[in-house]
Amino acid sequence: MPINITMPALSPTMEEGKLAKWLVKEGDKVSSGDVIAEIETDKATMEVEAVDEGTVGKILVPEGTDAVKVNALIAVLLEDGEDASSISAGGAASAAAPAAVAPAPAVAEAAPAAAPAPSAPAGPAPTAADGNRIFSSPLARRLAKLNGLDLGQIAGTGPHGRIVKKDIESALEKGVGKAAPAAAAAAPAPAAAAPKAAAPTGMSSDQVLKLFEDGSYDLVPHDGMRKTIAKRLTESKQTIPHFYVSVDCELDALLALRAQLNSAAPTDKDGKPAYKLSVNDMTIKALSLALRDVPDANVSWTDDNMVKHKHADVGVAVSIPGGLITPIIRKAEMKPLSVISNEMKDLGKRAKERKLKPEEYQGGTTAVSNMGMMGVKDFSAVVNPPHATILAVGAGEQRPVVKDGALAIATVMTVTLSTDHRCVDGALGAELLAAFKGYIQNPMSMLV
Amino acid sequence: MTDTAYDVIIIGSGPGGYVTAIRSAQLGLKTAIVEREHLGGICLNWGCIPTKALLRSAEMMDHANHAKYYGLKLEGKMTADVKDVVARSRGVSARLNGGVGFLMKKNKVDVIWGEAKLTKPGQIVVGKSTKPAVEPQHPVPKGVKGEGTYTAKHIILATGARPRALPGIEPDGKLIWTYFEAMKPDFMPKSLVVMGSGAIGIEFASFYRSMGVDVTVVEVMANVMPVEDAEISGIARKALEKRGMKILTEAKVTKVEKGANSITAHVETKDGKTQAITADRLISAVGVVGNIENLGLEALGVKTDRGCVVIDGYGKTNVPGLYAIGDVAGPPMLAHKAEHEGVICIEKIAGLPNVHPMDKGKIPGCTYCNPQVASVGLTEAKAKEQGRDIRVGRFSFGANGKAIALGEDNGLIKTIFDKKTGELLGAHMVGTEVTELIQGFVVAMNLETTEEDLMHTIFPHPTLSEMMKESVLDAYGRALNA
Repeated sequence: MPINITMPALSPTMEEGKLAKWLVKEGDKVSSGDVIAEIETDKATMEVEAVDEGTVGKILVPEGTDAVKVNALIAVLLEDGEDASSISAGGAASAAAPAAVAPAPAVAEAAPAAAPAPSAPAGPAPTAADGNRIFSSPLARRLAKLNGLDLGQIAGTGPHGRIVKKDIESALEKGVGKAAPAAAAAAPAPAAAAPKAAAPTGMSSDQVLKLFEDGSYDLVPHDGMRKTIAKRLTESKQTIPHFYVSVDCELDALLALRAQLNSAAPTDKDGKPAYKLSVNDMTIKALSLALRDVPDANVSWTDDNMVKHKHADVGVAVSIPGGLITPIIRKAEMKPLSVISNEMKDLGKRAKERKLKPEEYQGGTTAVSNMGMMGVKDFSAVVNPPHATILAVGAGEQRPVVKDGALAIATVMTVTLSTDHRCVDGALGAELLAAFKGYIQNPMSMLV
Repeated sequence: MTDTAYDVIIIGSGPGGYVTAIRSAQLGLKTAIVEREHLGGICLNWGCIPTKALLRSAEMMDHANHAKYYGLKLEGKMTADVKDVVARSRGVSARLNGGVGFLMKKNKVDVIWGEAKLTKPGQIVVGKSTKPAVEPQHPVPKGVKGEGTYTAKHIILATGARPRALPGIEPDGKLIWTYFEAMKPDFMPKSLVVMGSGAIGIEFASFYRSMGVDVTVVEVMANVMPVEDAEISGIARKALEKRGMKILTEAKVTKVEKGANSITAHVETKDGKTQAITADRLISAVGVVGNIENLGLEALGVKTDRGCVVIDGYGKTNVPGLYAIGDVAGPPMLAHKAEHEGVICIEKIAGLPNVHPMDKGKIPGCTYCNPQVASVGLTEAKAKEQGRDIRVGRFSFGANGKAIALGEDNGLIKTIFDKKTGELLGAHMVGTEVTELIQGFVVAMNLETTEEDLMHTIFPHPTLSEMMKESVLDAYGRALNA
């Protein structure tokens, strides 16, 4: 029996991904553990390993295909002694695989010809509008209708990717899959006359493009990261009531301590220091300690409960080509500065290569976004759920300050804390920021 | 890999353990199974299967006693030969016991004979069984491995459960029986007290009643078969009482006095009154407890709760590489739950995609008394307790052609739907052969059908199954034959 290779779920929350690259071609022998493809998920590129051994009989989803649903059939592996003609059986069997709907019929047609070229137009998973069947349980269909959800936007976790009740419930929980107004209009029944109003959406692609002259622009398709950024930040601004607290922090003591610590760093035989602390590393540490001191601000909002975190896991926004990603320093309040600094270097490097594992950027209890190095004086950041806070850090610059009634010069940076008002109220935000400022201005206290 | 090193070792070869072993071998894992007493475990040797053999004898007896109703004449009186009835039951068990041995061999699963103890993560020592075997036993299968030290990357506990004993009323194997003795009586008692009316208690009560024994059932809860829907349980109770069974509910056996060849049970009822019931024997059927002892769990720090190993939805314990499935991993203690739990566990170990955790809401339950009881999902009371807005459908055996033709027109099929979504929340049945019907609703539930799909399904005529569709129609006010 040919072995079906399906789109793997590389993280618990992954629903679809881009099949970025095939590292094997039809006819190649593979054994268990061989890397056969690269998948671009929402924020990272991951390698896919073969689980079985055999010969690649057919590649069903060409590389570069976007939005391949988890569990969709992407290739067929032949075992010893099988030839490509036996794929029809595998292909036919997998015709039941919902997400693979597009490739499956193509295989069936292609079967009579001997090992044809991979011509399957393996587009994104079909929607009802394409006339293709979306496999879903009757109960899931009814729940979707009752809640005004578009099944085409929901990933199924049932057998062969069938959409089941659980998938609808999790879509409702996450607020995804709302039927777009256009889709509703097309539907025969007013399915979108849902009890809950659909979330407001922006202009459609056509509406935007109409405002510009043809040929005056290029279109660049969104990659997984761009879509995720758009989705999550829209969700954040639509569901989280933000408010902002700013404060100025004097940095001179911190800069002096940093210079002292860095010059004291032990070196290895090549003369490389064991650590080189940055202001950002110290900011991470200060924020984590402030959260430890003000634990009521180290929380996440859920509709049912206040999630009170026991550790401060600090996400750090890292700008990378094409977007940004937020790797997380876990339990930062417990880690020495040198550890934070070295972890941050490693995470930052791998973030730029898009090689972070999902568990390295998912979760977290707060975040730091630092634009100081770009000379920004101050700005406000968007809270990245499930965080309740994010700290926007501006540049440290010499400014006139008033000390004991006289003008003086100090190195000052402005930080702005954005908070989710559902779980962190104004006074609490101010308290957290005061604790943060305390650590920054008395940096020795971070060492004890 | 030496021949004492495995990918997977399963401790216990009951329905959970041996099915897990086969699935493990199918997935290409080097697998061994440890058994100290009998391949197939309680289910096959002292539980599900041999009791079904006994109940079949009881059923023949019931039919014979109603021969006249069917226009048949039986010369003389039908009597049971206890020895032959028990011998047939043991024979059925022996055949299946041998079958498990064959399946292990066929799937290249090594059988290790003895009692296993975890000595450290990934390692067991197999020694002689510390438990006296229940007699009679089938012979030890040929070609098994013996005592020694064995290692495995994954160890799965499937050690099952044993009868629970109430303090002061401990079974003695002579006057106070558990299911072991009740299954192989060497004489037919004249009278019996059955303590507990769960599936085990009520099945033995039903068997012995069919054999003409004077049976009194004592149940602490308000209804017999307390986990079942109250309405179904009520119909079953009436039918059992009509057959001459005495049933005391909200009643408790407080003391048992043993005579030379009889017992006297003191039963306290809700009104505070105590009555003394003297009978030949008492069957203690007050539930089962997990076999967690002598396994070395304490030394490894394995988390347990109320006599069972604590697991996640995939059978994982708190100790890496150690798993538990079936009765020892907690209720409901049913063979089919153990099998499914085992398959989930081993498929997750093998890294198969899309393995879903156990959904305990969709485990059917069957009781083989006369009349039979079967159910899946929420009872009406539970659904209401959860605040569900429900629709309830009912259809009686009395309105079904096949049931009337069979002369089995007492029974009910009840279905419970979520009013808003049409989700099938529960199905409950009492009546002849309902244990074979329930699976239709289990499939429906698992595939998440709504009332609409069930109404669009064609049920063959004339069958008992038509009542299932009628019950669904009734929930929506559309029953045809009622």
